[in-house]
Amino acid sequence: MDTVVDMAKAIKIQAKDVNVFYGEKQALNNVSIDIEDRSVTAFIGPSGCGKSTFLRCFNRMNDVIPSCRVKGSIMMGDVDVNSPQTDPVLLRARIGMVFQKPNPFPKTIFENVAYGPRIHGLAQSKTELDDMVEDSLKKAGLWGEVADRLADQATGLSGGQQQRLCIARAIAVGPDVLLMDEPCSALDPIATSVIEELISELQQRFTILIVTHSMQQAARVSQKTAYFHLGTLVEYGDTKDVFTLPKNEQTEAYISGKIG
Amino acid sequence: MDTQKHISSAFDQDLMILNDALQQLGDLACQQFEGAIEGLAMQNEANLDKVIKGDAALDALEAEINEKAIEVIAIRSPRAKDLRYVLVALKVATILERMGDYARNIANRTKVIMTAGNENIPGVNIGRMGQVTQEMVRDAMKSYQNRDAEMALAVWRRDIEVDHMHTAFHKEVLASMSRNPNMVGTGAHLLFIAKNIERIGDYATGIAEQVHFLVEGAMPDEDRPKADKTSKVVGT
Amino acid sequence: MNNPIEMIQPDAKTQARFEKIAQGLKKRHAASRRLKTYGIMAIVTAISFLAILLTTIISNGYTAIQQTELQIALTIPAEKLQNDDGTIDPVKARNFNWNGLIKKAFRAEFSDVTAMLDQRALGEILSKNAGYDLRRQIEAKGSIPVGEIKLWIKTSDDVDMLMKGRLDRNLDESQRRLSDQQIGWIDSLVADDRIRLVFNDTFFTAADSREPESAGVLGATVGSAMALFVTVLLALPLAVMTAVYLEYFAPPGRVTDFIEVNINNLAAVPSIVFGLLGLAVFLGFFGMPRSAPLVGGMVLALMTLPTIIIATRASIRAVPTSIRDAALGLGASRMQAAIDHILPLAAPGILTGTIIGIAQALGETAPLIMIGMVAFIVDVPATLTDPATALPVQIYIWSDSAERAFYERSSLAIMVLLTFLITMNISAVLLRRKFEKKW
Repeated sequence: MDTVVDMAKAIKIQAKDVNVFYGEKQALNNVSIDIEDRSVTAFIGPSGCGKSTFLRCFNRMNDVIPSCRVKGSIMMGDVDVNSPQTDPVLLRARIGMVFQKPNPFPKTIFENVAYGPRIHGLAQSKTELDDMVEDSLKKAGLWGEVADRLADQATGLSGGQQQRLCIARAIAVGPDVLLMDEPCSALDPIATSVIEELISELQQRFTILIVTHSMQQAARVSQKTAYFHLGTLVEYGDTKDVFTLPKNEQTEAYISGKIG
Repeated sequence: MDTQKHISSAFDQDLMILNDALQQLGDLACQQFEGAIEGLAMQNEANLDKVIKGDAALDALEAEINEKAIEVIAIRSPRAKDLRYVLVALKVATILERMGDYARNIANRTKVIMTAGNENIPGVNIGRMGQVTQEMVRDAMKSYQNRDAEMALAVWRRDIEVDHMHTAFHKEVLASMSRNPNMVGTGAHLLFIAKNIERIGDYATGIAEQVHFLVEGAMPDEDRPKADKTSKVVGT
Repeated sequence: MNNPIEMIQPDAKTQARFEKIAQGLKKRHAASRRLKTYGIMAIVTAISFLAILLTTIISNGYTAIQQTELQIALTIPAEKLQNDDGTIDPVKARNFNWNGLIKKAFRAEFSDVTAMLDQRALGEILSKNAGYDLRRQIEAKGSIPVGEIKLWIKTSDDVDMLMKGRLDRNLDESQRRLSDQQIGWIDSLVADDRIRLVFNDTFFTAADSREPESAGVLGATVGSAMALFVTVLLALPLAVMTAVYLEYFAPPGRVTDFIEVNINNLAAVPSIVFGLLGLAVFLGFFGMPRSAPLVGGMVLALMTLPTIIIATRASIRAVPTSIRDAALGLGASRMQAAIDHILPLAAPGILTGTIIGIAQALGETAPLIMIGMVAFIVDVPATLTDPATALPVQIYIWSDSAERAFYERSSLAIMVLLTFLITMNISAVLLRRKFEKKW
């Protein structure tokens, strides 16, 4: 009945033997994973399993934490994300990030979206910047709701709108990868559904990595699912398979809600 | 289908796939059953062979529906009407597949009767019975498609007609068998064929019940009229 | 329909537990009531201390808002002051004996007083600076009034005190600053309606003086304002940059820890030590001018720095990390994240910290004394390097003076200082309200 031929997708990011340490404590253990281009890959697992830490490796957000050391290679095309020669600023322009709590800047809606293009000098003129803001807001499915109040404070938006604003802000820089760290954990179910639907749409253009505590969300939005436990990648495969016929007992126990 | 859309378009798409597959399975089951009845009436071997071969497609489609339903439950975690919808799809698919099995069984038995070559088949009532049952199945599927609980209830109540005809036919065949010992073999097959048709009628009411459950959230709360007395008929 | 519903009652064990909790409840409520009472008592005590303080200051100082004046009729000899073209010759004006003129006119009214000593006593009723004041008045006017004019002349501070009731007439004459004779003259002047109390504008327009009636607080206020200006200019950027570096760039380690500990220690260093440092380094080593608001401001900046650094770091830390993450996640550099997002959000806190630091600096006396801002300066400073004094130092100087009138003025100066402080605090609150953003 599925007439769509499942073409093998190209690999966008290849992580090899990634190890992360917080001081003496090892948070990730030899994680290797191939991320498919223009697909949604979900990282699931219990709290402290290292999924968020792993996500933050992709745009070097772990640099902010002084005691954190990352080893191993993460190749995106011919860029080694983890190499000291790679400028994190450039990297973060290529890899956008959306955080757990909606974190718009306490500025206007327009300024929020315009900030990225502005610091990177992407717009040559005011009209170009306006277009970029509009385009990003449209892609984030927020344009219809905010078109006539771009000068309003972003903090006045609802939680779901704020999170979509953060997505618009991230894609305004023009990345090809989007990292999402539990983007719906602070939202109500309807706002969550809207974001999930948005993720499905964004998947046409972006490679999306999403960390989520909600297994249902992982099931709904992703094509690939990676299950982490205690800093190791336990299972990685097609979401459909992971959620209906997991290969690993630990995975099965977790997705069935049987882990203590 | 529902006019309201889900925020998740992929969910809607999944439900649509499930719906279409079930309709297809319904059409196939009807075709099989009609083919079998027609083959019985016309003693047309080609028709019968087609029915026998066609059953595999039903089995395959049912398996696909099962798989899709499980996937939808696992991934979309449907609730309320959506949950009933998926569960009903699972059950109706099973029923339709069973109908297909009965249709094939009718075709097989008809072929045996044909080789036996008995001319005096008491066949007036069985044709009518097949026709009514076919209508029931069609209506049941239509009520499913239209989410029409009233229509489903009508199908459900109509089963008594088939029961009456089945009892009458049963008696007729028994009488014929007692008159003519040569008819015993054919008669036995005819009894089974009639029983199969009656079962298919029961399944049509089963689908109707599911449709009622789907729409109203509960099974029909009246007692279903029943008149199949064959289990109490002894040969005269 | 209206059947009473039978409610389930808790079982005996549960009931017993509830009762036990209920028994203890009385005691617990009493304890919290007690605590509340203590709190109210503490606040009442603090407020009454404050009230006593304010009452004392106001009751001592409010009279300084007025100044006693005396009316005198005199004729100014225009010919001795003017050039040929009728303009006032500044040299002639300066050399003219204005005091003598006034005294002569005053004595003329008391023609029965002829003895040298008595005449001198009569002169003591007038302010020693009366002549200077008159000259200023005439010079400001630019022309000399013709014929006899009636002028209001400041009296001496002793007369002022008498008029304000701060000089006890019942004291023995030998212990009084005014003799019975002088009091008699004054009483007759009062009877003639020739003595009045007017608004003491000198206090707000002049700098220090030997004579209380000529002394003002403007020089000290301007000196304080200049010093604080320098303080803010130096301390704020230094402190903010230090705080940003420590919060965002400093690699964690012993050096950073050492710096941090020392900044905290610095906040606790007695202010006079900063004065000594200023004396040794700014005056001694760099040879900067003594008594200058510039140096005072620099010393106060050193003293204020740790306060502002600590406040700035606290308010930077109070900005949610999610904002920093958002900026960094978009590819902003650390500096961009700090300048575009964190500092604007931390600004209200930084502002408050700065104002607290500045208010503390405004009240500082000790370090300013060390760098010579305690000098007697009769001019309002015009530039940052002019010798000047500061408000608290001025208060200190006056409160140390023998004259009763200076004591009164130091109370009024305290009020001026408090007004200065309150104004600063109110502006801090207003600015904070204006810039505060919610997220």
